[in-house]
Amino acid sequence: METLMAFTVGGLFAAAIYMMLRRSIVKLVIGLVLLSNAANLLLFTQAGLLRGAPPLVPEGAMQPAGIVADPLAQALILTAIVIGFGVLAFAVVLIHRAYEVVQADDMDQMKDTDT
Amino acid sequence: MSPQFTLQSLILRTTAHFLLPLLLVFSVFLLLRGHDEPGGGFIAGLVAASAVALYMFALDIHSAKRVLRFEPRDLLGWGLLFGVISGVPAVFMGQPFFTSQWLELTLPVLGELKVGTPLLFDIGVYLVVIGGVLLILLSLAEAED
Amino acid sequence: MLLAVLSGFLLAVAAPWVHRALGRHSGWVLALLPASLFIYFATFLPQISGGGQVVIEYPWIPGLDIQLSFLVDGLSLLFALIVSGIGFFVVSYAGRYLEGERDLGRFYVLILAFMGSMLGLVLSSNLISLFVFWELTSITSYLLIGYHHEEAKSRKAALQGLFVTVAGGLALLTGLIMMAMVGGSYELHELLTSGDIFREHDWYLAILLLVLLGCFTKSAQYPFHFWLPNAMAAPTPVSAYLHSATMVKAGVYLMARLNPSLGGTEAWLLLLGLLGAVTMFVGVFMSVRSTGIKQVLAYSTVMALGTLTMLIGVGTETALMAAMAFLLAHSLYKGALFLVAGILDHEAGCKDFLQTGGLRSALPITAAFASLAALSLAGVIPMFGFVAKELLFEAVLEAPALAGILTFLAVVSAIMVVAVAAIVGIRPWYGPRVDTPKAPHEAPPALLAGPVVLASLSLLFGLGAGLVDQGIIAAAAGAVHGAPVSVYLSLWHGFNLPLLLSVLTLALGLTLYFNWDRFRDSTRFLEVLNRYGPEVAYEKSMAGMVWLSEWQTRVLQNGYLRYYLLTILISTVALVTVTLMTHADILIAPDLSDVMVHEAFIVAVLLLAALVSVTTRSRLGAVASLGVVGFCVALIYVLFSAADVGITQVLVETLTVIMLVLVLFRLPGFLGLTPTVLRVRDAVIALSVGLMMTVLILAASAVQYADSISAYFIQESQPSGYGRNIVNVILVDFRALDTLGEIVVLALAAVGVYAMIKFRAEDNNSSTTLEK
Repeated sequence: METLMAFTVGGLFAAAIYMMLRRSIVKLVIGLVLLSNAANLLLFTQAGLLRGAPPLVPEGAMQPAGIVADPLAQALILTAIVIGFGVLAFAVVLIHRAYEVVQADDMDQMKDTDT
Repeated sequence: MSPQFTLQSLILRTTAHFLLPLLLVFSVFLLLRGHDEPGGGFIAGLVAASAVALYMFALDIHSAKRVLRFEPRDLLGWGLLFGVISGVPAVFMGQPFFTSQWLELTLPVLGELKVGTPLLFDIGVYLVVIGGVLLILLSLAEAED
Repeated sequence: MLLAVLSGFLLAVAAPWVHRALGRHSGWVLALLPASLFIYFATFLPQISGGGQVVIEYPWIPGLDIQLSFLVDGLSLLFALIVSGIGFFVVSYAGRYLEGERDLGRFYVLILAFMGSMLGLVLSSNLISLFVFWELTSITSYLLIGYHHEEAKSRKAALQGLFVTVAGGLALLTGLIMMAMVGGSYELHELLTSGDIFREHDWYLAILLLVLLGCFTKSAQYPFHFWLPNAMAAPTPVSAYLHSATMVKAGVYLMARLNPSLGGTEAWLLLLGLLGAVTMFVGVFMSVRSTGIKQVLAYSTVMALGTLTMLIGVGTETALMAAMAFLLAHSLYKGALFLVAGILDHEAGCKDFLQTGGLRSALPITAAFASLAALSLAGVIPMFGFVAKELLFEAVLEAPALAGILTFLAVVSAIMVVAVAAIVGIRPWYGPRVDTPKAPHEAPPALLAGPVVLASLSLLFGLGAGLVDQGIIAAAAGAVHGAPVSVYLSLWHGFNLPLLLSVLTLALGLTLYFNWDRFRDSTRFLEVLNRYGPEVAYEKSMAGMVWLSEWQTRVLQNGYLRYYLLTILISTVALVTVTLMTHADILIAPDLSDVMVHEAFIVAVLLLAALVSVTTRSRLGAVASLGVVGFCVALIYVLFSAADVGITQVLVETLTVIMLVLVLFRLPGFLGLTPTVLRVRDAVIALSVGLMMTVLILAASAVQYADSISAYFIQESQPSGYGRNIVNVILVDFRALDTLGEIVVLALAAVGVYAMIKFRAEDNNSSTTLEK
């Protein structure tokens, strides 16, 4: 499964980067969303994929029975998702403000710092 | 609120009235059981925020703000305060900041109950997530006006 | 000791208030600090004169092995006495000289801070703190040269001095660190005893060149001498203090200081001896050619610095003794002469020797002591300058190598020095009276004190050479030599070759002086050299650097996000590819056998949705397909045992779609801005980055360098965290501080969004002005 996921992550990265290389500023936002999904999945895949072994301790036990999925990676991704939302919102609003000021959707028209 | 974002659906409006308290209670449930079962401050906060967002779409921002009762900004502040305070008791116990502290209580009905600083911290996370997400969404929706 | 070094800085902070409170008398009051420092340092004399040394240490940054340690021996004490002694006269002089200037308070701040830095420099035993003080003197020098910052000339000269000395300082830092690595210590008093380690080390030449680059730029050695005459744009007290008596001697100090570690080799003798001699010659030659009062003195300072460098290069006991005697003699007479130059400017308005003549009647005291100082400069018996010059001739005559050429250059230079001395000691005062820009009158006591005392000392030390001989000069020379020296200063050495040379130079020098105008005319053709001199090289390289930085800013910082991205991505792909190629041993084993049908289906939907979001021309389509991508990712989380993450992903995905719907439709639709060729190029690059990530994941799955720390969390979640949801326990307990940081980020992002939206109304007014 890791192999398939590796290709999935690669595909998501490719899509994200293609969008970020576009001149249209809205496409940059879409690229950012794809990129954050790709990065989270990358981390998830690297921690190892296990089916049906959530990192929970059964009631009354001290340790989980058998091998469970890596909880640390899950904790990292969980916060990354929420922060990703906040940062995306910030980026989107920033872009919107920039658009209002420059009145241009074309990134090439935003390249000068004094416009 | 421009009509563009308010879904003028009577069914949705009615459901939202019922769903909102239900979802809020559910979010508190998720928060409290998060230490043992799937859930926790992040998820609970997102559920609560989604509930208010749904309400906002079904009715309008002003009623959403009214029903929230708190300013999202205040929630942010309270959440961060709770988060930081939860680290303090450890300092008085001579342990590193944020070392968890637990109290074991034996209550007549519930049996043995453990209360600790991580719960306080999780409440802080819960409040920050609600406050942050709603501050973003409400500001954006208000800008529509 | 710490207080003594820091007192300069402390008083500098208070100086503006002192100045405001005391007004015109502030100069005298502030000068009390250098005076008391002088007395304090003088108390070290008995301990030092026998060749002893005192080391005082204070911890500074213990973790980095940097201490604030001070080393007091003959050399540093000689410098400390010169710095504080002349500092006293300069500060009191400046109070009168710059009286009524708006920025006098600032001047006090700088000059006192400079004095503190200079004391720190000569007393530091730690290489790092030495370097810090070294740079501080460069910076205060920069600010003092640019004291008249309204004038473009001052600013340019200040910047030139800064660039040259700081560039050398950078080399010096490298050299000092290399020294510390070789010697195993940052402490001078430890390094100085281990000279052979350095001289036999492979790095010797590199260390030597780097350290000398620092010293040569600071001490204005050829070909870095050009900044010093330009630095004369500073007020005269600054020229007297920094650019004659103290700061420019910092390079000489360091060369002398490191002589026991680095000296005594052929490279040392060649570099210092030869370059010093050349500097000496160039300096004195330019000095005779100049007519501006301060220019003449500045070039003769270059000459003196060259002489000192040459003597340290020669390195025999006589030479070192001569160097220390010459150092003191020069500080005395040149300090006096600079202060006299200030008086000429202040009281008669003269800045050029051609404007002067016959001023003796108007300024009798100044004239008398200027002549006395000039006699010392010329090296006329019985001045202290004569003692130093006799030793100098003796040293070059018996130099271990290059004796012929060094003697020749020394004698020629000495002839011209006599002429220079006559120019400053005779020309303005005697002969027919020339009209001066201002009606000349005698200087007030505050201005006279310096020249009178310094010139008198020149005479006193000449007549009684024993006063300073064993007490300080021999101790200093011993410190430079690394062992006690057995040379004695005396006024009368009997009839010998040095004396003969002295008489010869005196006669030829006076001849040169009486033919001064003709000499200047006949050497006018040499001005061509200036057009190709080191200063032109400096100008050219500065212009080149400006051009280079403009060019690279234009090319690298072009303002196009996608070019930045392309640069980063292409270099990353290239570097990773190379690394992967060289690690061919990592086994990449693609294995698709364990994929279940429903998983393959989810992945297919995910990739398809991603493709749609990339290719669609409708914004709604893009947002919807992004939602599909997000939900598929959530499903993958849930399928692979990450329930919490899956729930979070679903909720956030919902909110993201809501947010994008709210904002995106207020932005314009997609544009087809890029031609097809560029799209293909971008697609190729994007796909190669994607492929790189895939290969990286596969390669990383094949290696495990360290044990995962997750095992600990899994073990301890219930026993010490009292929680059965391990992910949550990690978030709120084990790594709560991380989570706190993360919720702070979330809060900041939210507040940022809020601020950008709420404060738009006020900004709208200004944003219209922003739009051109």
